[in-house]
Amino acid sequence: MSAAVLEVKNLKTSFFTDEGEVKAVDDVSFEVFQGKTIGIVGESGCGKSVTSLSIMRLIPEPPGRVVGGQINYKGRDLLKLSAAEMRKIRGNEISMIFQEPMTSLNPVFTIGNQICEAIALHQDLPSSEVRNKAIEMLKIVGIPAPEKRIQDYPHQLSGGMRQRVMIAMALSCDPKVLIADEPTTALDVTIQAQILDLLRDLQQKVGMGLILITHDLGVVAEMADEVVVMYAGRVVEKGPVKDIFGNAKMPYTRGLMSSIPGMSLDQSGHAKKNRLETIPGIVPSLLHLPVGCRFQERCKYVIDACKEKEPELREISVSHRIRCIRDI
Amino acid sequence: MENDVLLSVKNLVKRFPIKGGILSREVAAVHAVSDVSFDIKRGETLGLVGESGCGKSTLGRCILRLIEPTSGQVFFKGQDLTQMGAQELRKLRRHMQIIFQDPYASLNPRMTVEDILGEPLDIHSICKGRAERTARIHKLLDLCGLRREAVSRYPHEFSGGQRQRICIARALAVEPDFLVCDEPVSALDVSIQAQIVNLMQDLQKELGLTYLFIAHDLKVVEHISTRVAVMYLGKVVEIGTAEELYADPKHPYTQALLSAIPIPDPTLRKQRTVLRGDVPSPISPPAGCYFHPRCPIAQENCKDSFPELRELGKEGRSHRAACFYAK
Repeated sequence: MSAAVLEVKNLKTSFFTDEGEVKAVDDVSFEVFQGKTIGIVGESGCGKSVTSLSIMRLIPEPPGRVVGGQINYKGRDLLKLSAAEMRKIRGNEISMIFQEPMTSLNPVFTIGNQICEAIALHQDLPSSEVRNKAIEMLKIVGIPAPEKRIQDYPHQLSGGMRQRVMIAMALSCDPKVLIADEPTTALDVTIQAQILDLLRDLQQKVGMGLILITHDLGVVAEMADEVVVMYAGRVVEKGPVKDIFGNAKMPYTRGLMSSIPGMSLDQSGHAKKNRLETIPGIVPSLLHLPVGCRFQERCKYVIDACKEKEPELREISVSHRIRCIRDI
Repeated sequence: MENDVLLSVKNLVKRFPIKGGILSREVAAVHAVSDVSFDIKRGETLGLVGESGCGKSTLGRCILRLIEPTSGQVFFKGQDLTQMGAQELRKLRRHMQIIFQDPYASLNPRMTVEDILGEPLDIHSICKGRAERTARIHKLLDLCGLRREAVSRYPHEFSGGQRQRICIARALAVEPDFLVCDEPVSALDVSIQAQIVNLMQDLQKELGLTYLFIAHDLKVVEHISTRVAVMYLGKVVEIGTAEELYADPKHPYTQALLSAIPIPDPTLRKQRTVLRGDVPSPISPPAGCYFHPRCPIAQENCKDSFPELRELGKEGRSHRAACFYAK
């Protein structure tokens, strides 16, 4: 396998609040490979979005700050770059799609204007070419009549179309890495299917590495090659998608899987109608984390040793790691 | 048991007029719900699915007359709700309640849990005296898995899942028979979602409740529903038991909708029927079958007239779809 395009190493991001330091991302490491998809899953507040914002260096500062680790891209540590150097990479070589296509487009500019801005900023093209490139991008993402649509304002488009525009913008500079933060959460299933197909096609064509952040395990199963499961700022399980879905070892991952209706099938292949298994309780506050394993209060396999020391991320088979001391 | 219909919706229509010009004349209308009919039996859960803008929430609210329907009738225990005066309706509201999607927005931030749960009790004068009221509030909290200490706390002190439990407790305060659940778990994380779904199923068994469960999450609907109705642009296009509808969808829209669900199993990456285009505007729905511009099996006559729901299931089963060519 080729070398990683992007390597996140021991990333730590904290927010400094009146009540104390909130370690939103605590020692997170993973690698992104060319043409491959890594899925980051977890529930709200687990630090998945903060991880992506840290990579883009978009953490609002203050109150937040990346306090440790490295983000290596092409032999350089992104965290050490100056603001001007970072601007050349952000949106050009590493792009991002956000969850809310409604709020991440500027309502007072036409979509053409917004796509052209990204292209003109990063690419050395004559102004007449910029417009053509924008039209071409809209065509690639499947917007009908792009020559006309380029003059539309965001409010004239439907949710699915707006997300396509966001993708067109993110891909207009042929990024090496695309971060998609809940790209389909705000969309209906049929539109979600269209967008996921589109992302997969484009990834094959362009060969970019994709970081897919989502809470929908179904989306991860369909898209990802590798999966990182996060809980309370920590990576708790990491491995190839088949291992995570077929052979999850961390109690939290297992709990997540069995919380989805229809995950357990009976002999005839229909979803069982029994009670859903649940994870009792709620995610602990990052300000008052328990001593030991962060999942202990909700874990049904908890033993005394879990409450003494936080487990390390340990390898249980080739490239499959868990943060749990039990063998279940 | 078989014919024990609790709620019956007949030809319900809701149009929202769009006014324009200096005289504010009606220039167009949004056809949110057009000619919908179905029955809900006592003790069952009817799931209502569809994409955003298909009119499922409007339908839920029209049934309770939170939105006045334009025409059509709603029978609850044999009484026509649409003909009732405000007084009568208020009395009947005791028997039908609603749970909303957003537990953050549907609780008054300035009221304690005791006030929130006590308000419906006071309005319908259910409890005599303070002691009975407190006892009832405690019972509701127990029922919904909340601690009794919660009474003096405010909504902001609770997590999303707990707030949804408060909303459910509030709806149950007046001992209703029928609950409209409008996307009750959509705003919650998966692990919390499962807790609430289980709670709702337990309550249904314990109290004999009947649910109209509105959601866009097809998996949750399959799990909780006895029967499922699929809506597209204000019309019910297919209705049947959950097992049959999910195992053997008849309408091409239902087929596309089900095939679009991502399956949480990486060994089953499948080829999907991906629908092209977006849902048309409900202001000017296409002529004929509303689904024909996106339909993979549309023929010429689909452009002329709208197909009625027709029986397609096995002998004696009620599984109906609104399509000329569904088999």
